[in-house]
Amino acid sequence: MADSIAFTSDRTLWHRIGRIGIYTLLAVFAFYYIMPLIVIVSTSMKDLDEIRTGHLLSLPAQINLDAWTFAWSEACIGVTCTGLKPYFWNSLAMAVPAVLISIMLGAITGYALTKFRFRGANVIFAMILFGCFIPFQVILLPMATSLGYLGVANTIPGLVLVHVVYGLPFTTLFFRNYYVNIPDDLVKAATIDGAGFFTIFWKIMLPLSLPIIVVTIIWQFTQIWNDFLFGASFTSGGNQPVTVALNNLVNTTTGVKRYNVDMAAALMTAAPTLLVYIFAGRYFVRGLTAGAVKG
Amino acid sequence: MDTNNQNAVKGVGDWFRWHLSKFVVAPSFLMILFFVYGFILWTGYMSFTKSKMLPIYNFEGILQYVKLWKQPTWLASFENLFVFGSLFIAVAIAFGCILAIFLDQKIRGEGALRTIYLYPMAISFIVTGTAWKWILNPGSGIEKLVQSFGFENFEFDWLVDPDYAVYTLVIAAVWQASGFVMALFLAALRGVDGEIIKAAQLDGASISRIYMVIILPTLRPVFLSSFVILTHMAIKSFDLVVALTGGGPGNASWLPANFMFEMTFRRNQIGQGAASAMIMLATVLAIIVPYLYSELREKKHG
Repeated sequence: MADSIAFTSDRTLWHRIGRIGIYTLLAVFAFYYIMPLIVIVSTSMKDLDEIRTGHLLSLPAQINLDAWTFAWSEACIGVTCTGLKPYFWNSLAMAVPAVLISIMLGAITGYALTKFRFRGANVIFAMILFGCFIPFQVILLPMATSLGYLGVANTIPGLVLVHVVYGLPFTTLFFRNYYVNIPDDLVKAATIDGAGFFTIFWKIMLPLSLPIIVVTIIWQFTQIWNDFLFGASFTSGGNQPVTVALNNLVNTTTGVKRYNVDMAAALMTAAPTLLVYIFAGRYFVRGLTAGAVKG
Repeated sequence: MDTNNQNAVKGVGDWFRWHLSKFVVAPSFLMILFFVYGFILWTGYMSFTKSKMLPIYNFEGILQYVKLWKQPTWLASFENLFVFGSLFIAVAIAFGCILAIFLDQKIRGEGALRTIYLYPMAISFIVTGTAWKWILNPGSGIEKLVQSFGFENFEFDWLVDPDYAVYTLVIAAVWQASGFVMALFLAALRGVDGEIIKAAQLDGASISRIYMVIILPTLRPVFLSSFVILTHMAIKSFDLVVALTGGGPGNASWLPANFMFEMTFRRNQIGQGAASAMIMLATVLAIIVPYLYSELREKKHG
């Protein structure tokens, strides 16, 4: 479409002014989006004197990573001064199993709901899908009580359970919508050849699922890693995920306020999902549009 | 396939195989039944009790809701949601739409620009809040920057002004979400039929007219879905408030999600927390249900 309406037909003065206007506006917006990242990175490399004397956009005199090591292993989060490190591992220990389990469940459920459709399958799918829309506030209190009953209150496995349950509607949606477009004939032929339910899933469906698996992994990982609400509601002390720890670090008021450490910690918290975005941006966007248009 | 299988039913093994699909769906479905529907009913019931620090299960009627709508903090949170939500949605859609249209003009470096516009969506709201808190803080951020340029009387202290703190939420939330709206619009623009536009150009229609009369109307579904997604985000907003303003100054920038959290986990007002959560759910449903309904109907007719 760009071809047909781009302002290329007449090379007048107005056209050129228009192009300059467009590029200027796009550049202004690019500045708005990129500026906070530059500020985070450059502030994290300044020492406190530089921060005091300089301003937002002044660059550090030299690359100084003291604040990074401090944020990683020494900074105080509440009353314990362990740095972000243990919380970072908490997040990883929470995200990896939660992503894997929710994806396996979503894949097999999506498969059963599309390729071995039973009566009421669509109703069941619609009921599962409803989980994408609820504001989580409405389940916080029962969940806190139930985690206590189950004996996993304030533990990483408890958080894994929470993320699996509330990630499931999204993973089911992704896989179901993907499998709906895979021809039924494929499954029929395999059934005639004598292949069973699980054989068809392993041998035929999964090998075809790579793109949607990647999209779902990225979506789930981003959601779970960035979660704050569940972490803040269901964990305390040393079991908190990194987002909660970052917030506590920033709001810990004992001693001198080290803004460079705050920024270094923010950068570390953002790093995993940023890296995913940089290296798999295409899939990330696809997941966003697929997940969010429906959710 | 159903009939094939039905004819083949012989013995227990076959019965099991025929129902296998149901057994496979069952765990997921039961989990959702319990953790979504069961929990909603549970919270709903709690909102009709006098629960304070611990849940109490005596039915007391709509007491909590009456109390809720008399609480100044709840009314302020709800009003904030309205102010924050409408500005956030309007600005994010405007930015997203404009950026998409401009990016669609054969721009050099489009890929890089798109990456820059969209990356905030990959970041946690806590990180976003931490960064913008620094940028909007009068002592360290934009105010100091402009003052260092020589405008010593420049003031920009929304973050610490009870009347304006809620607008700082808009700045940061738009930063986070508008690139995503841009991606939605760009995808739709790329799908617009080029033939119609060529025809209009041959008829001598100007670019702006083509956009106003032909292209924007075809983007109606994108406006609608962006609206729904952003509303959903606005109602759920919690982390950003915690990290950017801390709900402050005082509780000037609380949103309903913050009210709910505070009441439930900090102030031993479980009944109030449950009632506010139910109102949040009702608000989301009031927007989502008509949208889904129209979507499904369109699909059937289209």
